[in-house]
Parts: sequence; C-alpha cells; structure tokens
Amino acid sequence: MDVPEINTGDTAWVLAASAMVLLMTPGLAFFYGGMTRSKSTLNMMMMSFVTIGIVSVIWVIYGFSLAFGVGDSGWFGSFDLSGLGSSVNSLTFNGTPYPIPLLSFAAFQLMFAVITPALISGAIADRARFVSWCIFVAVWVSLVYFPVAHWVFDFGNADGKGAGWLAAAGVEDFAGGTAVHINAGAAGLALAIVLGRRVGFRKDPMRPHNLSLVLVGAGLLWFGWFGFNAGSALGANGLAALAFMNTQVATAGAVGGWLLVERVRDKHATSLGAASGAVAGLVAITPACAFVAPWAAVVIGFLAGALCATAVGLKYKLNYDDSLDVVGVHLVGGLVGCLAIGFFGTKAVNAAGKDGVFYKGGLELLGIQAKGAFSVLAFSFVVTLIIGFAIEKTIGFRISKDAELEGIDVSEHAESAYELDGVTGSGFGGGLAIATGKMTRNDSVEGSA
Amino acid sequence: MKLVTAIIKPFKLDEVKQALEAIGVHGMTVSEASGYGRQRGHTEVYRGAEYTVDLVPKVRIEVLIEADDADRVLDAIVAAAQTGRIGDGKVWCQPVDTVVRVRTGERGVDAL
Repeated sequence: MDVPEINTGDTAWVLAASAMVLLMTPGLAFFYGGMTRSKSTLNMMMMSFVTIGIVSVIWVIYGFSLAFGVGDSGWFGSFDLSGLGSSVNSLTFNGTPYPIPLLSFAAFQLMFAVITPALISGAIADRARFVSWCIFVAVWVSLVYFPVAHWVFDFGNADGKGAGWLAAAGVEDFAGGTAVHINAGAAGLALAIVLGRRVGFRKDPMRPHNLSLVLVGAGLLWFGWFGFNAGSALGANGLAALAFMNTQVATAGAVGGWLLVERVRDKHATSLGAASGAVAGLVAITPACAFVAPWAAVVIGFLAGALCATAVGLKYKLNYDDSLDVVGVHLVGGLVGCLAIGFFGTKAVNAAGKDGVFYKGGLELLGIQAKGAFSVLAFSFVVTLIIGFAIEKTIGFRISKDAELEGIDVSEHAESAYELDGVTGSGFGGGLAIATGKMTRNDSVEGSA
Repeated sequence: MKLVTAIIKPFKLDEVKQALEAIGVHGMTVSEASGYGRQRGHTEVYRGAEYTVDLVPKVRIEVLIEADDADRVLDAIVAAAQTGRIGDGKVWCQPVDTVVRVRTGERGVDAL
C-alpha cells in the first residue's frame, strides 16, 4: 500500500486553524451572553456550548459522511465514511488532492458544523426550552447543515462526480457565506417566528447586561475567524495569505461603516456597534476572502457594516423578535458578501475564480452567486420552519411565561450567572440556608446508597 | 432623637462623610439606591434602539442624632452635597422613639 505523502506545513496550519475555529463557538457564547439580560446569560451561553457536544458526536457517526462522503448525488454525500474509521491514514481529496490527512479536513469542517447552529441561538434568546434546543440542533444539522455543506463545499472527485450542486454550478463561497451565515440567518428568522416574541418585546427594557463580555466575544471571534477563512485554503499558501489579509481589512472597514451609521443616526458611536460591526464584516468577507483584492475587501466590509447597522432595526418595524439580530448581521452580512463577489471577484487574485461586473466579467458571476445565496436562504428557512413547528407541536419549544419573567437561567439550569447581591450572596443568611438544604439532600442520598 | 435620611449623588459621599465627622457625628449607614426626581434619567442606545433609563444611581445615608443637633446636621449635609445642578438629591428628618445598642443593650441617647 502506498504511504501517502503528507505536507507537514499544510497539515500543521489546518490543524491549528481547526482549533481556532473551535474557539469561535465559546467566543460566540460570550458575544451573545453579554447581550442578553443578566437573568438569561447562562442559557444563552449554554445554547452555543452544547452544540460542541451534540454536533461533534453526530459528525463522527454520520455527519461528515453525509456532507463529504463519496457518492453520486449533488444533494448529499453518503454513509460510506460513517464512524470515520475508514478515514484514518487517508489524504484529503475535494475536487483536487490536498496533501493533508482526511481527518484534519474532517476536524476543520466539524468546527463549521458546530458554530452554524450556535449562531441561530441568538434569534431565540431568553425563551427556548433547553431540551427542545438540543433536539433541534441534532435534527437541524442532519436535515439542513450537512446537505447544504455538501451543496457548497463538496467538489467531488477528479471529474467533478459527486460534487454539490451549487459547487458544480460555480457558486463561489470560500469559507461559508451561504452554508454558514445565510443558512444560520434564515434559520434564525424561521425560529424567531416559531417561538414568537419575548414577553415585553418592544415595551420592557432589554438592555445588554455586559458589554465588556460582548467585546471579549467579538475579539475571540475575530481571532478565530483567521482560522475559518485562511484555513479554508486547506494549506499554508498564497491563497491562505490572501484570505487572512482580506479578513483583517474587511473587518476593520466594517467597524468603521457601522460606527459611522451610528454616529450620524444616533449621535453616538457605541461599543456594541463596534463589536457588531466587526462580526458583520467577518461574515461578509467569509465567502469572498479568496476571490477579491484587499482594497475590495475594505469596501465590502464597509458596506456590510453600514447595511447591517441599518438592517438591525427591521425587526422593530416588522415586529419579529430576532433577539440578538442573527438576521440583521448574519443573513444580511452573508448576502452582502456573496453578492459582492459578483462585482469584485477577479481572476487576478485567484485563477480558480471568475471575473465579476467590475472586471468586465458581466453579470454571469453575479447571477450564479444570487442563485447560491437564495437557494440556501429558501431551503434553510422552509426546512427550519418545519422542524421548529414539529418540535413546538410535540414537546413544546418555549418555556412558560412565569419562567421567562423569572429568568431562564434558574428555570432551565438551576443556576445564576452572577452572585453579586449582598443579601442573597454566599456570605449571608439567604445563601447559607440554601446551601444547608442541599447538603442535607446529599447526605440522605449517601445514606441510602 | 431624630433619624436623618439623605439621598445624594454617589460621588458626594466622601465629602458628606467628612462634613459629618467634623461636626461630631460618628457613624452612619450607607446604602446604594436608585430613583428619580426632577432630574429624570438619561437615554441609552443599543443597536439603534433607544432606551430611556429613568432610575439613576444615588446613595442613601442614614444617621441617628440627638434632636437638638438636627439643624446643624442638615446644614452640614446640604453644604457638602450641593453642586447647584439638578439631581443633587434630598434630605429629610423624622422623630425616633427608641434606639438600642445591640452590643450593650443601652437605650435612648446613650445608644447613639
């Protein structure tokens, strides 16, 4: 048997990039957790954190195979890589050969599958039953994420057999503007509709309780995103460097775009705006990062920042409670990035790409990009609605009104994020009484064992 | 005996404390409070959504004093806490029946 020739530099980069992308999910938990009210911050963070557990297990059993398994279909992979046992000692082949272990590619793609459902959770802050969320994540990645990842990211064998239908159609999505962001954004809108508005939406103050946490989360996302985008080159090469630089400058442009809109419209540039602008820019450059020149990345980022800053107000006009603006940031940002490739895309930076409107390529690429973006949007929205209503009608998706008002952290997790209050704190009577009660219960359990 | 309660701006606490010590009032109870009067609150903006924050943070000071000292104490607090701008707070004084020092059981003026 031939011993595969592994490129150590490429492999090292993909492994490191995978770890960076994993870090984005806890980063997202901070980003979202700080934006909720203090009584629901743990639940918000748990909705992200638990996807790491759920999706990783499913990925080994059949997820990776359903997305990237060898088959004939443009709609989904196969089950031939189930369990990942047969992937050991194989090299990666995705349209062309890559000198990295197949398991490193599987690990890298896993982190995308983890964070995509986590992104959705921002649309349903404060009100989703935790068990229903866990079931939703398992069903959603199986019916929506794995197929869509196949559509976009699987380039099939050497002659394109088994490639995803959007990949085969020439849709340019380097790191997941469609499969990750438009997908999560459309699903977020669907779930916000299924679960309905929070008690007091548009009436009660729902201020972010910890903006420092939001900024920490945005920083971790920004850092991890270099793995997300530059790692998608699947090698330590010029394409990775292009994606890396574009990621940085687009994000910088988006911070500027968002803050400028705020300064003009609201009279103040806010820290939440800076953090949100950064994420909007990261989202928008994700599909485009290896197809455009760095100057174009700045423009795309700036546009994404300004448009997303405007789009987050839509939910108040249309009266849907996308609590943390998954639609306004990920759906809108994803659309901006995917469609921008149709204008700014150029073969000058990536021979595998196509020329867009601004490079005398005409409208062809823009048309292909629109097809990719809106296909994923429609599929994700419809299937998520069906999954969401199925869960709502069977086991229920929403906690009781009383539990929501009291705070979902206590009702779903029996925990509070912060113990800062002197009277109920652990050093005082209130806390002690509770601790004593718990110890008694533990003692009796021990006695009966 | 009287109970003097003062609601003041948080950053004036130190000056009020020093002013009271200077006229021989040793001891006070301080708690964080929030509320509004003519000052009302302020506006905050999160992703373009405006929130009116009515309740602003204040500090509440409580001191137990002899009845004769009431005017002096009120004057000292007002002088120390005043900035002249809206939102400086309020001070009021009310009679107290009994005071007991927990450690010794002393009652009345001896317990002050």
